[in-house]
Amino acid sequence: MTPTVRVQAEDFDAAAEAARLTQSRTDIGAVVTFAGLCRDEGGRLAALELEHYPGMAEEEIGRVVAQAAARWPLQGLTVIHRYGKIAPGAQIVLVVTASSHRVAAFEAATFLMDYLKTRAPFWKKEHHKDGTSGDWVEAKDEDDAAAERWVG
Amino acid sequence: MKAVYFAWVRERIGKTEEEISPPADVRTAGDLIVWLSAQGEEYAYAFENPKVIRVALDRAHVKHDAPLGDAREAAFFPPMTGG
Repeated sequence: MTPTVRVQAEDFDAAAEAARLTQSRTDIGAVVTFAGLCRDEGGRLAALELEHYPGMAEEEIGRVVAQAAARWPLQGLTVIHRYGKIAPGAQIVLVVTASSHRVAAFEAATFLMDYLKTRAPFWKKEHHKDGTSGDWVEAKDEDDAAAERWVG
Repeated sequence: MKAVYFAWVRERIGKTEEEISPPADVRTAGDLIVWLSAQGEEYAYAFENPKVIRVALDRAHVKHDAPLGDAREAAFFPPMTGG
């Protein structure tokens, strides 16, 4: 299994990425596709700007992906994370996991998202509809707690 | 070594990256934060709450007590908010 990790400004096609993992295979019983989108936070946000640490972003996602691959029997794994200015409704992140059985695919996808949120070097800045550039989004304790539950 | 800054750490310092030459008694990532804090008002502001600052050495997360060793790049940033 060779995982795919991409860090890019461009949008992605979630369905095409999922299809690529199962193409000409008959051993996969479960595919989980998770896409994270940009919310408008009740109409307040014009965009999110995602800053990233080039090089480390790819490497850190790679480390998280390797952990997932070691922990669950996966036949396919794709992670795509975007950077730059992203409008409400647009996609930010994609995780696709493929396995023989659904539990591995679901768990690995959840683990990957929990770990990406707390370990991948990305930072979100809010741009408001009134034209002002807002604050950096603060990390949430519940995201740390979500990642912690996979330890041990 | 090269220092790189991200998000509000970068904004407060007003630089994306720079070459730094810390003295020999700066041995750990935490020492480096303390030393940088004394390099000017903007640094003091960026590192006013050192506990929240995350550090990466040569593009891998480390704790504040991690030795610098022969790392060539040290990165400083707030907790991450990707995903």
